[in-house]
Amino acid sequence: MQEHFQYLYEMLTQVQGYIYPNEIDLQWGLLIVLYPYITGLVAGAFILASLERVFNVKVLKPTYELALLTALAFLLVATMPLISHLGHPERFYEIMITPHADSAMAIFGFVYLWYLMVVLLLEIWFDYRREIVIWSRQEKGLKKWLYKILTLGVTDLSPRTLRWDEKIGYFVTVVGIPSAFLLHGYVGFIFGSVKANPWWSTVLMPVIFLFSAMVSGIALVLVIYMGVSYLRRKKIDMKALDTIAKYLFYILILDFTLEGLDQVHRIYEAEESFEILSLLVHGPLFLTFFIFQIFLGTIIPLVSLGILQLYKPGEMARRTIYFISSILVLFGIFFMRWNVVIGGQLFSKSFYGFTDYKIRLAGSEGLLWSMVWIILPFLILAFLLWLLPPWKKAEAKSI
Amino acid sequence: MPPQLKTLIPLFILFILAFLIARHFLVPDSFGKEGHYRFESVEDNKEMPMFYAGNEACAECHDKAAEMEYDMHADLTCETCHGPGMAHYENPDNKLIMPRDRSFCGLCHASNNTRKYKLAQVDLEEHNPGMKCVECHNPHLPWEIAE
Repeated sequence: MQEHFQYLYEMLTQVQGYIYPNEIDLQWGLLIVLYPYITGLVAGAFILASLERVFNVKVLKPTYELALLTALAFLLVATMPLISHLGHPERFYEIMITPHADSAMAIFGFVYLWYLMVVLLLEIWFDYRREIVIWSRQEKGLKKWLYKILTLGVTDLSPRTLRWDEKIGYFVTVVGIPSAFLLHGYVGFIFGSVKANPWWSTVLMPVIFLFSAMVSGIALVLVIYMGVSYLRRKKIDMKALDTIAKYLFYILILDFTLEGLDQVHRIYEAEESFEILSLLVHGPLFLTFFIFQIFLGTIIPLVSLGILQLYKPGEMARRTIYFISSILVLFGIFFMRWNVVIGGQLFSKSFYGFTDYKIRLAGSEGLLWSMVWIILPFLILAFLLWLLPPWKKAEAKSI
Repeated sequence: MPPQLKTLIPLFILFILAFLIARHFLVPDSFGKEGHYRFESVEDNKEMPMFYAGNEACAECHDKAAEMEYDMHADLTCETCHGPGMAHYENPDNKLIMPRDRSFCGLCHASNNTRKYKLAQVDLEEHNPGMKCVECHNPHLPWEIAE
């Protein structure tokens, strides 16, 4: 115990200004940055898929299934950063079996489960059911059994049943849109409802999280579509790519405007916390806020995608610009989450000082472990693309 | 009814039933007895080692604790400076810390514009450098300055 005190006394001399002792160490680190980031990618990818299905943007057909599978791959990992952040990860299920109605986090478990079970799995199942049945008859060995299980015993391919697939699938997608909004709006709500923290507590937080989710999810699908086409040595459908980039541009404008509105509101209100927040963004967050999030992650993609709406260079140039812009958007949105989660804990609730945050390399809160949660969805996606290849759906259709 | 729903609806009902059955076995018996927590956890917590003893425990043996009531450090607990005292309370051979370094006093009293002005602050580099604070100030009665 004495060593802890020695450590605390030493740390207290290394902070800036005046902070309370329990604010020295950040409770929420890199893993909690990943949680809204990954959840946002899910919601964004799903909303891109629903543009094709519900809003009838047929030109996006080549990316429809890819977007759905991307959403599923990332959704399966979305809670992992939270679970590995727990002191006792083996007790993770307790939040589900004894949920407290007042706990925003406990209710998130059910929002997540609803989205996974009722929306995403069902939509993918209804979309692929016909092909799964056909593949279960054509394939051999392990794959055949996997497909047989996935049919859930519904092997009827009569036109009437296929029409039901279409109808119910459409209904699930319609239900899915508000559910996707709920899923990520809810993540924003978890932060926005912390009234003790002036950097988080704004009613705009769920809306900002939602739009930044759409931006990041669309950028991710664009990057994955280009990557998968490259690996398969297939020509990219430029009409689809141009349309995705157009939506990325529009939603990026909305996202930037909303975030700007939030900041303008904060600056104009200039509440008692304003001074510390101003010091926060001009000091500890300068690099990640102004340079990474706003300049690299928003302004450069906005300008480059904006120029392409007016002037269309050759396909190669467009592809390169789309790719770089999407990577920058993904980079910028990651730092938007960083600035919210880490930024909100860097300043003292006394409004008189700052602590510091350094990422550890190893350990359950470290960089290496976080990299696992970023890489794992791509491995899951590779498996899903092997099991349910969207490009083989067209072949199965002709049977 | 579409054949898909004939399969999916029972599957969902089965899933919910499995969840409820699992819940029945996983929720601890004493959960909810006195509130939204496992009541037996109180007993578990009681068994955890205690580190702090509190001012009353110090006053049982140390009269000095009483003198603090009249000066600026009156609101502080003994353990704020001397560290957790339960081990010492149980066995006086376990000595407490007696911080005497300037840097320790500086944790609260080193000049810092962000501190409340009511808190006495000194520039540690200018204010009697090289001397220990306790040579002039009795930490229990800080305004009782030694001659």
